[in-house]
Amino acid sequence: MWVLLGVLVVVVGFAARLNPLLIVVVAALVTGLAAVVAPGVTPAMLLAGAGETLAVLGKGFKDNRYISVTWLILPLIGLLEREGLQERARVLIQKLAGLTSGLLLLIYLIVRQITAAFGLTSLGGHAQMVRPLIAPMAEAAAETQNPNLGEAGRNRVKAFAAATDNIGLFFGEDIFMAIASILLIKGFLETNGIIVTPFALSVWAIPTAIAALLIHGTRLILLDRALQREAAR
Amino acid sequence: MIGLPVLYALAGLLFAVFAIGSTTDRTNPKRWGNAAFWGLFATSFLAGTWLSDTVNGLLLVAMALAAGFNLLGKGQPAPQADRAERAARWGNRLFVPALIPPAVTLAGTFLLKGVVIGGQPLVDPKQVTLVSLGLGIVLATAVALVMFRASPAVAVREGRRLMDQVGWAGLLPQALAALGAVFVAAKVGDVIGLLAGEYLPLNGPLMAVCAYTIGMAVFTAIMGNAFAAFPVMTAAIALPLIIGQYGGDPAIVCAIGMLSGFCGTLMTPMAANFNIVPAVLLDLPDRNGVIRVQIPTALALLATNTVLMYALAFRF
Repeated sequence: MWVLLGVLVVVVGFAARLNPLLIVVVAALVTGLAAVVAPGVTPAMLLAGAGETLAVLGKGFKDNRYISVTWLILPLIGLLEREGLQERARVLIQKLAGLTSGLLLLIYLIVRQITAAFGLTSLGGHAQMVRPLIAPMAEAAAETQNPNLGEAGRNRVKAFAAATDNIGLFFGEDIFMAIASILLIKGFLETNGIIVTPFALSVWAIPTAIAALLIHGTRLILLDRALQREAAR
Repeated sequence: MIGLPVLYALAGLLFAVFAIGSTTDRTNPKRWGNAAFWGLFATSFLAGTWLSDTVNGLLLVAMALAAGFNLLGKGQPAPQADRAERAARWGNRLFVPALIPPAVTLAGTFLLKGVVIGGQPLVDPKQVTLVSLGLGIVLATAVALVMFRASPAVAVREGRRLMDQVGWAGLLPQALAALGAVFVAAKVGDVIGLLAGEYLPLNGPLMAVCAYTIGMAVFTAIMGNAFAAFPVMTAAIALPLIIGQYGGDPAIVCAIGMLSGFCGTLMTPMAANFNIVPAVLLDLPDRNGVIRVQIPTALALLATNTVLMYALAFRF
């Protein structure tokens, strides 16, 4: 029961807006110590527990380095931005008269969902696609829709661009049979004596994928309406 | 065999160059903090495999302390006024280097998988996508350097500008994964599963379905990852009740259960690479700006998932 203290540290830490990296380390230590706390625990045992926790944390950190490998893309993105990639993306959008911010993001949502459903999850992403291309395009379209778009409106459109990438990815990838989550479900059920095929699992991801398209698509169209309404004011 | 070690060496070298570049960046008032932070990260990439787990842990603790005590800063490069001009000169050719990484990732994932040289696979079969992405990035960077006649020093400087903007948030997804490992070792999931099974109202199929979908979303929000929540919640609620007692179809229940977890991922700062990193990359003043936009979609989808599971699982 006491190990839940680590979860509490995370919740309180994020709510208090402390530095998340520091929260992670403190939560890990609290969780590890709480796991050793029992009647009759000695300081030496606590110290050993802290040491062990540090080792588990370090191993987890080392084993998950592949997550941070994606930053290798930054020199390329930086070079392209220096040559005006974001500006070019804006010009391209302004040439396509009638392409609104919400419509652009709706098209991106559909493309992201379909490519993810074919297992092509790395075709999008925040560093590769959203920052250099999608966000500036959506922003430029929104500025055409509402020339008086303020800082808050601009940030809202950018946040929508990032959200659309996430939603397209999450609710597309499970239609692909060889994606990690499908394999996890299959393996978990198998250890519990239930055999399902990856195909059966991926088929039942389709209703939610359609719902995601309808729900988020509606919100994107509403975003367009809001931009037009603000412009008319 | 090309696998993760090559990518780690590349990333380590890049962060080492960032660290060295930071020391001479006089426009950054905290340049020594940045140098130390990226230097530690470089050490983890270059030497982590050979260092003990404890030392790897100490590296993370040192970086967290540097971030927590606000020792990181940003350089103030002179504003660049000629971007629109440059963009006009290049036109749509600018998109070519930008699209090389996804294209190479795609092609590499399919083509490199079966390549065998001297009885050894050329690329680690488990890491084909990541290796292809790395290859695509290296190739695209080379093309961009030639195309723009830029020196590698410029590429590194521009890369460091972006990395400094991301700052400690660039480390957060990996650090959260490490915290996940601690949670697993301390059996946090089992405790939550036990509590959920004991205290949630689970009378009848509808209540059980609601408890499962909402439980998946909440527990995923806590752990930052639906993969961690799935085995726990499914073992506590779905297997014994929805599937075992009420006869729900396991494929439908589990597929929609996982997707309910994804709704939780959209609502939590713990899923940093999806929610916090883009907020920083897009320069949003509110760290939770992306989450705020996602919450309405996530809640509506969670409700839809609950209805779908209840309507479908007992019918097929």
